[in-house]
Amino acid sequence: MSLKNDIGKSTDAKLVRRQILRSQLRDRFFAVGGLLVMAVACLVLLALLLQLAYDGIGRVSWQFVSSYPSRFASQAGILSAWIGTILVMILTAATAIPLGIGAAIYLEEYASKNWMTDVIEINIANLAGVPSIVYGLMALGLLVYEFHLGHSFLTAGLTLAMLILPMVIIATREALRAIPPQIREAAYAVGATKWQTVRDHVVPYSMGGILTGMILALSRAVGETAPLITVGALSFIAFLPRSPLTSEFPFISLQWLFDPFTVMPIQMFNWVSRPQDEFHVNAAAAGVILLAMTLAMNGLAIAIRARFRKRIHW
Amino acid sequence: MNAEAVLKKTVTWRWSSRLPMQMKEKAIESLLLFAALTSVAITIGIVGVLVYESIGFFRQVSLWDFLTDTQWTPLFSEPHYGILPLISGTLVTTAVALAVAVPMGSLIAIYLSEYASRGVRETIKPALELLSAVPTVVYGYFALLFVTPALQALWPALPGFNMLSAGLVIGIMIVPYVSSVSEDAMRAVPVHLREGAFALGATRMQTALRVVFPSALSGITAAYVLGISRAIGETMVVAIAAGMQPTLTWNPLEPAATMTAYIVQVSLGDLPHGSVGYQTIFATGLTLLLMTLVFNLAGHVLKKRYRQIY
Repeated sequence: MSLKNDIGKSTDAKLVRRQILRSQLRDRFFAVGGLLVMAVACLVLLALLLQLAYDGIGRVSWQFVSSYPSRFASQAGILSAWIGTILVMILTAATAIPLGIGAAIYLEEYASKNWMTDVIEINIANLAGVPSIVYGLMALGLLVYEFHLGHSFLTAGLTLAMLILPMVIIATREALRAIPPQIREAAYAVGATKWQTVRDHVVPYSMGGILTGMILALSRAVGETAPLITVGALSFIAFLPRSPLTSEFPFISLQWLFDPFTVMPIQMFNWVSRPQDEFHVNAAAAGVILLAMTLAMNGLAIAIRARFRKRIHW
Repeated sequence: MNAEAVLKKTVTWRWSSRLPMQMKEKAIESLLLFAALTSVAITIGIVGVLVYESIGFFRQVSLWDFLTDTQWTPLFSEPHYGILPLISGTLVTTAVALAVAVPMGSLIAIYLSEYASRGVRETIKPALELLSAVPTVVYGYFALLFVTPALQALWPALPGFNMLSAGLVIGIMIVPYVSSVSEDAMRAVPVHLREGAFALGATRMQTALRVVFPSALSGITAAYVLGISRAIGETMVVAIAAGMQPTLTWNPLEPAATMTAYIVQVSLGDLPHGSVGYQTIFATGLTLLLMTLVFNLAGHVLKKRYRQIY
C-alpha cells in the first residue's frame, strides 16, 4: 500500500513502474466499486418500487379508492384514509407553514445576537434530531389528555405540524439567507421599514426556496406513521368526518376537527400487519398510492427548485 | 398653498402616521418572536411530558429494576420492567443498519465527491434523496414481504420476523443521510490539499483515502452519528418486520422488539390513561430520547476533537 516506502527501497525503475501501474489499477477498481455501490442503492430503490407496483397495481381501482375498510379484503378500500390524509395535511400546513416562516424570518432578519437567539437556534437543531415517535408521545400526553383534544383530526394535524416545524424553519432560513444584503439595503435606502423590506422584497425573492422546503416537509408528513399511532389513529373507520359545510347558518362547521381520524400510512400499516395475503395485496395498493403522493410532491419540489434557480441571477 | 403650509401638512401627516407605523413594526416583530418561541415550547412540552409521566412510572418501579431486570413484560399478570431487552433490540437493529449504511454511504460519498463529474453528481444525488423520501411504512412492507422471504431462500431457518431484515432495510434507508452529509464534508476540504497529494504522485484513491477522508473526518463523524440517531428512532420498519416480542438477545437472526416497536404496540392497544402500562411508554420514550441525545453529544465531541483547521 505505502507508495513512498516502496519507491525509497527500489532502485530498479521497472519496479517503480510496476508500482505505479498497480496503484492506478487499484484506483480504477476503487472507482468501479464506488459506482457499483451507487448502482446497488439505486437498484434497491427500483426493486422496491417495482415490487410494490407488481404486488399492488392490480388492486388499484375506482372501487378501492371509493370504499371504506372492510373485513373482506376484496371489498376494502381507502376512502376514509385518503380523505383523512388530505384533511390532516391541510391542518398541518395551516399550522406549521405560518409558524415556521415566521420563526425563520425572526431568526434571519430580526434577531440580535443574544442568549435567547442562541437558545432558539440550538433548540431547533436538536428538535430536528428527535425521533418522530417522541413527538407522538408528547402529543398523547399534552394534546390528547391535557388539552382534551381527543384522538382527533386536530390532534393529528398539530402533532405533524410540530414534527415538521424544525424542517420548515431550517429550509426557510436557508432560502432567506440566499438573498444578498444589498437587496435589503436598497429597500432601506428608499425609506422602507424592516417589515416592508421583508414582506415586499426578501420573502418574495426567496419564494422558490421556501416553497421547495414546504413541499418536502409536507411530503415527509404525508408518510409519517409512528406519531399518529401513538395519538390514537383508528385503522378501521367506515364513515367520513362531519362535513365542514352545513345547510344552516353559519354554513361552516368545525365539528370535523374533533372526529376520529385515519390516514393512508396507518391504513397500510394495518393491512401489512395482518397475516392474510389478500390484505398484503391491499397494503401494496395503498403503498402504491401513498408512494405516488410523496414522489409527486418530491418531483414538484425539484421542479420548483430548478425553475427558480434558473430565473434569478443576482 | 405656500411652502410653509405644505411643510406643516407634511409634518402633521408624518406625526400622525409615524406612531401607528412604529407600533405596527413592533407588533409584527413580537408576532415573529412568538413564532420562533413555539419551537422552544415544543421542546419544553416534550421533556415535560416525558419526565412527568416517567416520574409517575418510577414511583411504582424502581430505577434499579428498570435498568437491570432482564425481562420486559409490563402487561403480564406478573409484570417485569427491565428495559434491557428493548435496548438490546434497538442496538442490534441499529448495528445491522450501520453495517450497511456506513460502508455504502462512505463509498458513495467518496465517489460523488472525488470521482464523479458534475453531471453524474447532479443526477445521482436527487435519485438517492428519493430513498429517504419513501415513507417508512413502505420500507416496512419491503422488509417483511421482500427482504425476509429473500433471506429465507438463503437461510430457511430464519423466522418470519427477524431483526436482520429490518436492520438491512433501515440501513438502505439511511444511506442518503450518511452519504450526503459526508459528501458535503469532503467537498469542503480545500482543493490545495488534493493538489498537494496529486503533486506527490498519489492516485485519486490514495488522495481520497489518505488525505481527503481524514481531513473531513469531523464532518463524516457527524454524518455517522446522524445515521445512528435515525436508526435508533426508526419505528415502522422494526414494528412491522422485527416482531413485537421483547427478547434479550444479541442475535440479529431472532425476532425482538425495539423501544420504538414497544411504544407502537402499546399505542395500538387500549390502555387506560394513568395506568402503569400507559406510563411505560413514556419511560421507554424518555430512554429513547436520552439515547439519541447521548449519540448526538458524542458526535459533537468527536467533531470537535477531529476538527482540522486550514
